[in-house]
Order: sequence, then structure tokens, then C-alpha cells
Amino acid sequence: MSETEARVEAPKRTALHAAHQRAGARLIDFAGWEMPVQYTGIMDEHRAVRSSAGMFDLSHMGELWVDGPGAAEALAYALVTDPTKLAVGRAHYSMIVTEDGGIIDDLIVYRTGEQRFLVVPNASNAPAVAAALRERLPASGYAATLDDASMRTSLIAVQGPNARAILQPLTDVQLGSLKYYAIAHGTVDGTDAWVARTGYTGEDGFELFVEWDAAPRLWDRLLEAGASHGLVPAGLGARDTLRLEAGMALYGNELDRHTRPAEAGLARVVKLEKAGDFVGRAALEAAAAVGPRKALVGLELRDRGIARHGYPVHLPGHADAAGIVTSGTLSPTLGIAIAMAYVPVDQAAPGTMLDIGVRATRVPAEVVPLPFYKRPS
Amino acid sequence: MTTEVRDGLRYTRDHEWLRAEGDEGVIGITAFAADELGDIVFVELPAVGRKLEKAGSFGVIESVKTASDLYAPVAGEVTAVNEALNASPELVNSDPYGDGWMIRVRIDDPASAAALLDADAYRELTAG
Repeated sequence: MSETEARVEAPKRTALHAAHQRAGARLIDFAGWEMPVQYTGIMDEHRAVRSSAGMFDLSHMGELWVDGPGAAEALAYALVTDPTKLAVGRAHYSMIVTEDGGIIDDLIVYRTGEQRFLVVPNASNAPAVAAALRERLPASGYAATLDDASMRTSLIAVQGPNARAILQPLTDVQLGSLKYYAIAHGTVDGTDAWVARTGYTGEDGFELFVEWDAAPRLWDRLLEAGASHGLVPAGLGARDTLRLEAGMALYGNELDRHTRPAEAGLARVVKLEKAGDFVGRAALEAAAAVGPRKALVGLELRDRGIARHGYPVHLPGHADAAGIVTSGTLSPTLGIAIAMAYVPVDQAAPGTMLDIGVRATRVPAEVVPLPFYKRPS
Repeated sequence: MTTEVRDGLRYTRDHEWLRAEGDEGVIGITAFAADELGDIVFVELPAVGRKLEKAGSFGVIESVKTASDLYAPVAGEVTAVNEALNASPELVNSDPYGDGWMIRVRIDDPASAAALLDADAYRELTAG
């Protein structure tokens, strides 16, 4: 083997790898992990989440604990949000950006104690986020330590209208009192767990953080408990179609280091009014003064064809592309092709008609407000 | 998982099947291909009258996650397309050799059908 040959690492496996194989999952490489893309089929799993419940192995995601008397202030310096305003037991959606305001990752911050936070980055960015926090926490001037627990923590999500009914008999956490975007400590099936009412599907649901080795037994118990409630295992394929219908951004598609929060419709997440400096403040203040360079919109295709990541978006009758599709699929719930795309700011109003280049043809598409789907309340 | 391979059909290495009777043919994709693709959500078929080249693309089939070209097993002319696949692309998954058929063709050279893989050869190819 020559010295210049890159050493290709085998993909990592979660504690549920054997369970996925037993369930007949089709496994793919995702962010260096071998993960299930589907079990019985993406459409089946997607519909199950909308009508009963689906269970996802999200153990590939990161879990970063930030502790100390200055933990809230240190995170306020490192991220675009203001965790000093988070009550204990509550969570918020956040982003970590570069000095230039480009998005390194979107993530959720949970406050589990006065001086303790759990930061959950995407699997693909977990190492980069951990490295950035290791630099930024001490640089903030506040006392806070970082503990990367990603390889010691398993994460199982149960999402769908029946999620609460399935989970409550197995846990001492009072799910009825657990608000959306809240987190509580307790046990699930006798195992120590942080139970969060968060998710990425647009349905009600819970994310369960447990010790790495506790996952296989918990997964099987949940399947047992969920059998009479229509619970099925669901893979990354359905996770993607569900979040797209719910109008949620995916890092790598809608978000990347060349995109600033306001362009992705996420200006409200950035708390410019918070006290003190934060990484990216100057760039984001300057950008706010000028306004975004592009706008993320939802599109519904009005003729036959499916839009995909990377397809061009044209003003009708124009040869050159004016924008680009970031995500697209056939919506299992709506039965039509939907997409998210970056377009010029003056083409972003709902009702605007644009053309999407699908292979050799142009398919007309209408700008629509996000989300495409909202769960019945 | 072993998917169905039907006797009496001819097959290509790109997982299309051909049912030929003289110079009349029906073409679709195999159960193996449909299973690999997953849930089919869109099928783009050629217009009637279109001339096909052997191994040339005659359309596109899309699953939830991907788009793939369809390749003509033989040269010929399209005489009919399965319009049912517009509203019900999932027929390709549920009945790939029957209601999931894609196009009918008039085959330029009927002898060329015999040169394709038979069911046993295709079984071997996909045994994996």
C-alpha cells in the first residue's frame, strides 16, 4: 500500500445495527455511519409516522454536554442564540456560524440544569461542532467545559400521533406535562434517560437519550409496546420526506457555510439583541443592514415531473438559471412534487410562477408558503 | 432477498424484460430492479411512434430518492405506452411483469430478442 493512499475507515455502527439487520433494513453509508435508509419502504414508513408512529435510530447524531458557572454565557458567545434566556428544562433551535456568518451546523440546545446544557449537532457536523466549541468556550472568557458524549449516547426518536400513548406506559416522565421543546430526566423501561419533546417530522414525538448500550433492549421494548399502536421502524429516507413536507431545512441541502441564516428564512433564530459579542456578530449585523442575497422558498410543481437537489430554477421564458433546487421529492402526504429552492429575493412571494429544469423539460412550479404540511391540531 | 424472475421472458443486464411474439414486444423492468429502486413515484415514457435504438434510453423511472434511465433491450418503434403508470407508478412495484408494463414496440429485428438473457441466465446474474 503506498504512503499516499488514503486510509478508508469502515463506517461506524450504532448499537442498533443488529436490530436493523433483523428488521430487514436496507443500510447505507451516511456521514460515515452505516444507517437504515428504509425497512419496508419509504412511503409506508412516512405514512406510518403521519397516521400512527415511526421509530428512528438517531444514535449517529452528536451529544455535547457543556457545564459550568458560565456555560450559558459561553454558549451565547459560541452560537447565534441566547441560552442565558433558556429556562431549565427547555430547549431551542440554534445555529453555529463562522466569523463570516456562514452556517457550520444547525442544532438544538437543551438546558438540563442551571449550569448544564446538552447541544445536539447533526451527525455530519458533530466533529466540526465539537472542535469549534472547544475553541470558542474558553475564548468566551466564561467558565465552561465541554464533554463530547456522542460515542457513549444512543438516541431513539418515536414520532407520530400515537407516540405519547406508546411511550407513557414505559416511562415515569409525565409526558402530558412535557411541553413541546422541553426536556426531562427520568427512566424509560427502567433505563436512565433524557426525554425531549422535539423532532424533525412535523408530528408530535419524543427523542430519548440513553446510554449507548441501553438502546437494543429499549428499541425492542418500544416495538413491543407500539405493536398495537401501529409503530414501525422508520429510516433516513422517510426522515427526509417527512422533514421536507414539514418545511424543515437539512444541513447540506438548504444550509451550508456559504449560506447565512436570513437567506434560509432563519433570521429570527439569530438574537442580535443579546448582550455581548458572539462569533459571526459583525458579519450578520452587516448582512442584516443590506438584506439577504437570496431567499429560500417552497415550491409545488404544477405539471408532471419531480424536482431534485441541484436542478435549476428559471424565470419563465429565460434561458439562464435564476436559482437552484435544494431539496425535492414526491410528497407522500400531498401526492404532488414539492421542493425547496433558493431564488432571487424578488421572486420569493407566494404565488410567483417559476420554471424548474427537469432533464430536458421545464416544469412550472408555484411558490407556496412553508410548511407544505401542518399536523391537524 | 430473491425477487421473481419469470420464465418465457428475455432479460437485459440493465434489468429490463422483453416479452416478444414475432416482431411484437412488451417491455418493463424486473422485480429485482423495482425492489432495488424502492417506491416508484414517477415514470417518464416516450411518445408513441418514437424510434428506439438498442441500449438507448427510452425513458426515466424515479423512486423517492433517485432517478434512473430505462434502456431499450432491442431496436424498434414504440406502438403503445402504459398510461396507467401516470397516475399509478406504484404498479411497477406491485406487478412489474403484468400491470407495471411500460411500452409496446414493433421490433426491427426479431432475431435480436433471442440474443438476450433467458430467465435462467438472468436468475444467475441476480443471484448475487
